[in-house]
Amino acid sequence: MRRMGLSRVSLVLMVAIWCACSAAHGVSLQAGEERMIVDGAPGHAGGRLVIALRSEPKTLNPALALDEPSRDVIRAMTADLIHINRGSLKTEPALAKSWSVSRDGRQYTLQLRRGVRFSDGEPFNADDVIFSFQVYLDEKVDSSQRDLLVVGGKPIIVVKVDDYAVRFELAQPYAAAERLFDSVAILPRHLLQSGYRAGGLSQAWSLSMPPGEFAGLGPFRLKEYVAGQRVVLERNPYYWKADRAGNQLPYLNEVVFLFVPSEDAQVIRFQSGDTDVLSRFSAENFAVLQKQQGVKGYHLDDLGAGLEYNFLFFNMNDLTASGLPEIAKKQAWFQDLRFRQAVSAAIDREGIVRLVYSGRATPIWDQVTPGNKLWLDGKIAHPARSPERARELLRSAGFSWKSDGALLDPHGNQVAFSILTSSSNAQRTKIATLLQDDLSQLGMTVQVVPLEFRAMVDRLLNTHNYEAAVMGLVSGDADPTSEMNVWLSSGETHLWHPRQEKAATPWESEMDRLMEQQLVTLDYAKRKSLYDRVQEIVAEELPVICLVSPNILVGAANRVGNFRPAILVPYALWNIEQLYVQ
Amino acid sequence: MLTQRQKLAWAVVVLAAFSSVVLFAGFFAPYDFAAQDRDAPFAPPTAIHFVDAGGTFHIRPFVYGQPGSGADAASGAPDSKQTFAIRWLVRGAPYKIAGLVSARVRLFGVAEPGRIFLMGSDGYGRDQFSRFLYGGQISLLAGLIAAILSVSLGTVTGGIAGYYGGWIDDLLMRGGELFLALPWLYLLFAVRAALPLHISQWQVFLLLISVMGLIGWARPARLIRGVVLSAKERNFVLAARGFGASDAYLLRRHVLPQTYAVLLTQITLLVPQYVMAEVTLTFLGLGVGEPMPSWGALLSSLEQYSVLASYWWMFLPALLLIPLLVVFYAAADALQELHKSVPL
Repeated sequence: MRRMGLSRVSLVLMVAIWCACSAAHGVSLQAGEERMIVDGAPGHAGGRLVIALRSEPKTLNPALALDEPSRDVIRAMTADLIHINRGSLKTEPALAKSWSVSRDGRQYTLQLRRGVRFSDGEPFNADDVIFSFQVYLDEKVDSSQRDLLVVGGKPIIVVKVDDYAVRFELAQPYAAAERLFDSVAILPRHLLQSGYRAGGLSQAWSLSMPPGEFAGLGPFRLKEYVAGQRVVLERNPYYWKADRAGNQLPYLNEVVFLFVPSEDAQVIRFQSGDTDVLSRFSAENFAVLQKQQGVKGYHLDDLGAGLEYNFLFFNMNDLTASGLPEIAKKQAWFQDLRFRQAVSAAIDREGIVRLVYSGRATPIWDQVTPGNKLWLDGKIAHPARSPERARELLRSAGFSWKSDGALLDPHGNQVAFSILTSSSNAQRTKIATLLQDDLSQLGMTVQVVPLEFRAMVDRLLNTHNYEAAVMGLVSGDADPTSEMNVWLSSGETHLWHPRQEKAATPWESEMDRLMEQQLVTLDYAKRKSLYDRVQEIVAEELPVICLVSPNILVGAANRVGNFRPAILVPYALWNIEQLYVQ
Repeated sequence: MLTQRQKLAWAVVVLAAFSSVVLFAGFFAPYDFAAQDRDAPFAPPTAIHFVDAGGTFHIRPFVYGQPGSGADAASGAPDSKQTFAIRWLVRGAPYKIAGLVSARVRLFGVAEPGRIFLMGSDGYGRDQFSRFLYGGQISLLAGLIAAILSVSLGTVTGGIAGYYGGWIDDLLMRGGELFLALPWLYLLFAVRAALPLHISQWQVFLLLISVMGLIGWARPARLIRGVVLSAKERNFVLAARGFGASDAYLLRRHVLPQTYAVLLTQITLLVPQYVMAEVTLTFLGLGVGEPMPSWGALLSSLEQYSVLASYWWMFLPALLLIPLLVVFYAAADALQELHKSVPL
């Protein structure tokens, strides 16, 4: 799932209770229980963390959760089979202790961890896995995970081998298959099956249900929900991970999610020590917090470029039958590569970094950010801003200038267009305002049109009634597979010309071929060279003119141990089971 | 103590002076509202000096050079090695007087690369003072006209409803309630969707006036209706009616004059409200977009914690608006008092 907005999380801890051994703290190791040992400094058991959410979670049902606050809470309460380690960006065993792939790359056999129990004490086995995937793949449930689990147009087939082994059969080889399992939470069959059979899964696990009705395989379980105020989670005594010293995780006794509705309010509460972890906040607020970094008991981290890329793009949809003749006329410019190159050359990316992000962003020339080290193509050129080159390009494309400096196209029409942005995203509106000034120096008359987010998306994807837009995208994963819907010409998020029946340009058809091919290629080096070529096409053909990638900014109280923020969502709390209070 | 008449005269003079400064913003502002200095985001107000670093007194005031470039220009000290004298009636960026006559002469300015930011600069390195003056062109006029429009609509409907009563009253007032209850947000979305993406400055202006004026009539209409309802029962009105006065005469001569006080307070309350309403409309894509300035936009930048905590000069537009609104209220107050002293 792609995220286009921003929201934020933070955490606090209160009391640290030293506890020497896990047996006194939780349930002792049962015979045959295969615990997973995780790396990281052993911490102290006990204590409490308070985290601020931007809004109340809408549900605790993993199959229905779409909003970030719901997912943040669910993430702490559930577990997946194979997990993407946010620190290394690679997959690691989770509920599946190991797996094997058939030679044709179409069958994955997962060996499940034995002796694992849900947070209500019931045992976990292959039936829960079968049940979970049955739910996610059910069209009636309409879960957001379903899209990911349909490979090559066919849903994944899940077969029980024995009580602790499950086989997944794919319609075609799928390079990122292991990564599919990340964040697909395993559901307890013993609690949900009857409701699911009766067709009532969509009502299951709403926040108002008593805590006893929930059970998961995550480090925490539901303790209390106070409408409009907070969700409190408590330690899951049956959790299946342990630290190097053999202590059962998690360390914390309680996690409290407070509902704090705005970024500024969250920043203030973090600053005053009410919360101890903060992520998803702007560079301006980072600067404000930085002033008191030494005085107050917190520290801030700038992790460098994340995965979000912001870009400018032009409307290249086929508008012949759309009743938008004004825009269709302007498309002659937009479709001219030299025009797009001139725009790209005129943009002051460094200025955007400095003015919009106070220096906490990186200029980019293609969609893969420097934060994505596994997939970045180092060969992409980074040409400096050059209005002279821009003018040269425009001249070679037949454009000319009036005596007052206004740019005229080859037919003598004045070059004027508008840039759409989302008015709820202050940064992007600011970017557009800077672009407007840059382009006015080429003689273009540019208007910035901030629209409410949904109105903007409707214009971009449905009515195509726009000329240019500034947007940003961020993937939940570093793998190119999560970008399929952006780069395939048939993709929903192929923003400049979505849902094409047949690729409109030769380079789009080449991109289609490369993306399809990398999807079924299993060798990383081969995939990398395929995706490198996609990046080169983006940099050469400029369907989207990439601008900047904002840095991932986080803050945490000095008391939080094992705090290892990452550039993947959830930036700060991905290792919540390892966080402890010093 | 000033008499009400003097008070009114003063208020009118101040408002007129202020409005003409706003109208001729191009002349009074040293910079164009959209001119960016990317090396000076959030620069504090430029200090004006008479005595230089060497202790020499200068008759002509001067400013020091801007501190080094970078995001932290705000915290840097000005460059006292460079001085730029303030010059009067300089040739600056071209502008249009009242949207018609082109001109380049500006009241004051400093030579490049010096900068004079009387009220500091915003996040793009744009001069706040210039933006404040230009912003008034849209906000002050649109706010005032929209307030008059909605109050006049309210007077007509409220007056008729209150005076005639019965089914006319029911019809108009239930209609007004319907107006108040309508989900305006969605209607405004629909309006935005129906409009072209490019909206010129004049269209924005008319749009703001009509949207705010049309949405706002129902509340004043209720108030006016109440006043009219009680006014029409007063003895002198009944007496005039007894002498055979027509409805139109009664309304014009006896009933509506009693609503003046309410009307004036309504207008003075609505103007600042509409200045802020313009921010909401801009959010929905119906207002003044970047880089056009408006008072609402200048004030809304204060809603960010980082701005509030770091850049005190961003408060200056708000501080300047306070005396202006006080004068507004004073004018309304004086008008009301004057009116009271005239025997009905």
